[in-house]
Amino acid sequence: MSSRIWQPAASLEAMKARAELLSTVRAFFADRGVLEVETPALATHGVTDPHIHCIEVPGYGWLQSSPEYHMKRLLAAGSGPIYQLSRVFRHGEAGPRHNPEFTMLEWYRPGFSLEQLIDECLALLGQWLRCPHTIRPFRHLFAEVTGLDPLTCPPAALVTAAVEAGAPQGLDHGQSADFLMATQVETALDPATLTVVTDFPAWAAALAQVREDEDGVPVARRFEIYHGGLELANGYQELTDAGEQARRFAADNQQRAGHGDHAMAPDPHLLAALQAGLPPCSGVAMGVERLLMAIHGYRDIRQVLTFPTQRA
Amino acid sequence: MANYSTSEFKSGLKVMLDGDPCSIIENEFVKPGKGQAFNRVKLRNLKSGKVWERTFKSGDSLEGADVMDVEMQYLYSDGEFWHFMDPQSFEQKAADAAAVGDAKQWLKEEDLCEITLYNGEPLSVSAPNFVELEIVETDPGLKGDTAGTGGKPATLTTGAVVRVPLFVQVGEVVKVDTRTGEYVGRIKG
Repeated sequence: MSSRIWQPAASLEAMKARAELLSTVRAFFADRGVLEVETPALATHGVTDPHIHCIEVPGYGWLQSSPEYHMKRLLAAGSGPIYQLSRVFRHGEAGPRHNPEFTMLEWYRPGFSLEQLIDECLALLGQWLRCPHTIRPFRHLFAEVTGLDPLTCPPAALVTAAVEAGAPQGLDHGQSADFLMATQVETALDPATLTVVTDFPAWAAALAQVREDEDGVPVARRFEIYHGGLELANGYQELTDAGEQARRFAADNQQRAGHGDHAMAPDPHLLAALQAGLPPCSGVAMGVERLLMAIHGYRDIRQVLTFPTQRA
Repeated sequence: MANYSTSEFKSGLKVMLDGDPCSIIENEFVKPGKGQAFNRVKLRNLKSGKVWERTFKSGDSLEGADVMDVEMQYLYSDGEFWHFMDPQSFEQKAADAAAVGDAKQWLKEEDLCEITLYNGEPLSVSAPNFVELEIVETDPGLKGDTAGTGGKPATLTTGAVVRVPLFVQVGEVVKVDTRTGEYVGRIKG
């Protein structure tokens, strides 16, 4: 084994770029009166999300895959607008754009509509990225690339299209849409543009509110921002209804069971906070490493991590 | 054999796919926003040598393949099989023409070769990178031509034909790079 593994993977230049980015973020939110907070990285409950696998710490609970639940408890307790730069952890996510441990910039804006939050994201990204942006509903973007409207076409058509594009057998229509999104749509996005994708399928709502779009099709009040084909941010008009939240937890666990995954206990503290009353708000999470990659043109996440998982 | 999950796939891992042993070349994790994650994997089919590209759902697993590389000494060929011996245990293995492939034209008795075993039987044979073989047939070179321009064909004891400089003669031993089939130099007896 090479003895070079003790050395950092990131250049000194990349380390300085990170330090500068973090101070720009802090100045941006200080100007706007958003409070920096810290919440636990280790807690008794993880997330039920069927596509996120938390890392268990025996005797303690779970490393957090996002600070979302704790930050919503702060909002319910009356914190006002808050942001956090936190380390988050996801089992099994390692590759050119993923590391099992990474830095997340997450913020919440009570009283903001999703459109106001998108504007704020673009203002923050504009600190570094001078490029045009475009706002596209998911179904239009998806249809443009694949020829299928994922919200109205027969579910079997999505499955067939995914298999023809090389997907493994046995995917359901949601997983097939994910496959086509990851392998066809993201790669077709304009490289020098910020693409804001809105109105995701209701089946991919996670913790976002659902409404009907102009054709009466249920869509999630959720957006993602891409720089070229690189996903930078994921935002929601946050779900505030405790009953609906409990139903989503149960639906997630049903889906997990269908994939052969263990169930995750719903976080009773988050449900109690929603019962007490989460103010109407929008929230977004941005990957700091992805931002560094977009701003400085790094092709691999390992170039912006001092010690990526293979060396940590 | 153990099963390996997509998160354990790494370059060089030997797995079974569609009934054939394969070696993983590359494993890329892709995940759209909040959705299902996938691993796009490149594998070399160790039987055919072909490269396959497959996509798996993250978390899926493949059975490991009982494949290992060992160094063995070439003994002889009986025309149908090529026989090799483990120099430590003296255990012998017979490789068929498909397993020996192109390596057969370079095999000289007692040379050490790398053999890939699948379920304990030879799957492929790699000749040593360099071999030294005697010339059994070549035209006499022209006197005075030592520049080696163009050269001439020479047949070696194993039947392989390589281009050698004009001054090299029958009975001489030459060194050949088996990866390119090119003459490297003369071995002075």
